[in-house]
Amino acid sequence: MKLRKIFSWTGVALSAIMALNNTAQAEDKLKVGFVYVAPIGDHGYTFQHDVGKKAVEAEFGDKVETTYVENVPEGPDAERVIRQLAQGGYDLIFTTSFGFMNPTIKVAKKFPKVKFEHATGFKRAKNVSTYNIRFYEGRYVVGKMAGRMTKTNTIGYIASFPIPEVIRGINAAYLGAKSVNPDIKFKIVWVSTWFDPGKEADATKALRDQGADVIMQHTDSAAPIKIAEQEGVKAVGQASDMIAVGPNAQMTALVDNWAPYYIARTKAAMDGTWKSEDTWGGLASGMLTMAPYNKNLPAEVVAEAKATEEDIKSGKIHVFQGPLVKQDGTVVVKEGEMPDDGMLAGMNFYVQGLEASLPN
Amino acid sequence: MLKIEKRREPSQAMVYITPFIAIALTIICGFLLFAIMGKDPFRATSLIFFEPVTSLYNISELLVKASPLILIALGLSMGFRAGVWNIGAEGQFTIGAVTGSAVALAFYEMEGFYILPLMCLAGILGGMLWAAIPAFLRTKFNTNEILVSLMLVYVANLLLSVLVHGPLRDPDGMNFPESRLFSDSALLPLLMEDGRAHIGFLVALVFVGLALFIQERHMLGFQIKVTGQAARAAQYAGFSSKKMVWVSFMISGGLAGLAGTFEAAGPVGQLVPTLPAGYGFTAIIVAFLGRLNPIGIMLGGLLIAITYIGGETAQIALTLPSATTSVFQGMLLFFLLATDILINYRIKWFGFFKPVAKGK
Repeated sequence: MKLRKIFSWTGVALSAIMALNNTAQAEDKLKVGFVYVAPIGDHGYTFQHDVGKKAVEAEFGDKVETTYVENVPEGPDAERVIRQLAQGGYDLIFTTSFGFMNPTIKVAKKFPKVKFEHATGFKRAKNVSTYNIRFYEGRYVVGKMAGRMTKTNTIGYIASFPIPEVIRGINAAYLGAKSVNPDIKFKIVWVSTWFDPGKEADATKALRDQGADVIMQHTDSAAPIKIAEQEGVKAVGQASDMIAVGPNAQMTALVDNWAPYYIARTKAAMDGTWKSEDTWGGLASGMLTMAPYNKNLPAEVVAEAKATEEDIKSGKIHVFQGPLVKQDGTVVVKEGEMPDDGMLAGMNFYVQGLEASLPN
Repeated sequence: MLKIEKRREPSQAMVYITPFIAIALTIICGFLLFAIMGKDPFRATSLIFFEPVTSLYNISELLVKASPLILIALGLSMGFRAGVWNIGAEGQFTIGAVTGSAVALAFYEMEGFYILPLMCLAGILGGMLWAAIPAFLRTKFNTNEILVSLMLVYVANLLLSVLVHGPLRDPDGMNFPESRLFSDSALLPLLMEDGRAHIGFLVALVFVGLALFIQERHMLGFQIKVTGQAARAAQYAGFSSKKMVWVSFMISGGLAGLAGTFEAAGPVGQLVPTLPAGYGFTAIIVAFLGRLNPIGIMLGGLLIAITYIGGETAQIALTLPSATTSVFQGMLLFFLLATDILINYRIKWFGFFKPVAKGK
């Protein structure tokens, strides 16, 4: 094809120019790149990833060089951004949102020497690892607290999309609440967004109207906490400590702590010990931490939460240990048995007791 | 002293010169902006405007980005010339992507040369169908087509969301809202081996030629021009204004739909909820940047694509915020509109000491 010829000639001419541009940048620094789905200023999910990036800089100093691209939409542009990093000589690239999964895999195929790390996905390759946090462990803890604190026996839950991650969270919170309060009821609102302060605020008000006096959220803005603060009810922070927005409302927050993972993987890439893995760390690994429990909570509720945290860390209890029963009565995990991660990763059912049905 | 004076006749030369003046002013202001931010302005400016054309891969990405912009803007320019304002190309793009993808998924894991043409046809029809709603309401009930077409963008987005959460969802995708990856027969042929530029760019070029022909040589082009510039004269000449509305919407809707199918079958290779990345809206800028002229639109599409890709490159290399790209596009549009004044007015320079003629 003629066009192709023209392109390849321009390519030859231009790569000469490029060669001039990239003169002598040979250093033995490890170059680490991050791709963010939102602006760093979201003070939630992406903000926490950037905290992890800064921790890598602090740990390795001038042995690493880092960069990031923020606000990358999970659409057709993602592949180019990831590829530009790979082409720009980045050795280790973290793509931090689910929607980057297929683009990451595609780029990784073309750059076998570059190491890729994709957060929250399920596709791996020789040079693509996946990593995620066992958020559900924290949700179980706050579920217990919610079960104790509610006066109306009604918990409001703001959910984003019916993917396993979110369903796991709802189930975990329900199991936690139910374990201390058999009369507990969950009201769930699906907002079909990860971040939309307006919609999340509306959902919070709708849940309040249905009698919920503890609000939980699987969305990223601080709007639900703000409303909870105004209405004088309880809420749980998401991704980062949101105590500034809800000094009275926030009981605690599930804080994503990517720093230990990012440091460990950067170190592995430096030592040459990096290999493709699937990491799913929870409270025990330090990847998930609970923000300081609010001082206005009864001491026994805080004590119970802390004890639950310890039990999960030590492995004494597992959130989804048997008996685990679906809504329709099917037993998924038998009494005395432990669930396997495969089942958890693909969880697409509500546990028995939840009165809602999954949106389809 | 400077004085602005009305020209006897609009300057034809200025119609073509002003876009370049606007580009020059954007570069100068960008230069100052980077200097203020403490980044090397030479490097930043060259990254944004020249890096995108310095490698084969970047050029291919340029075409990936420019193709849908050119296709959609061509269609829109027809209507804009006739005074029919289709602002909802984004929605027609989305529906075109949905219908084209639905055909691709119906033929999943099948082979055949006929699959792609069928997808394109479905995409065009989908876009036309969505555009038919504002056209019908306008011609039947005299509703405002700007509002109706714009509002339908949101409806289209929700429809896409429903479909990828339901009927078009990948059965093996663990409930994540994405379709299957298209099989090879449903993917657009690529222009070069290493890169995502696809045959859609050639199709866009064909349509540039076609649009040029219609505008300059065909009766329809004349009718469009007369309707837009002198609606009553058009009436006396017996041109139906209703027909103009329908023709404008069908052409712009069809091309937007085709662009949507290309986007799904080209760079993305599946239907994802984040597929509509704003091409339909950016194309409005492209149409006016190109003075509603097909050749101008082609150049305008390439220029906007350069700022997108260059903006990303600059973000990575200099860790600039993602707003950089938006600021550049905003400046470009601003200067373009501002320099428009030169078409109808001239700037006269009077020497400081030369007395300005008093009175008439």
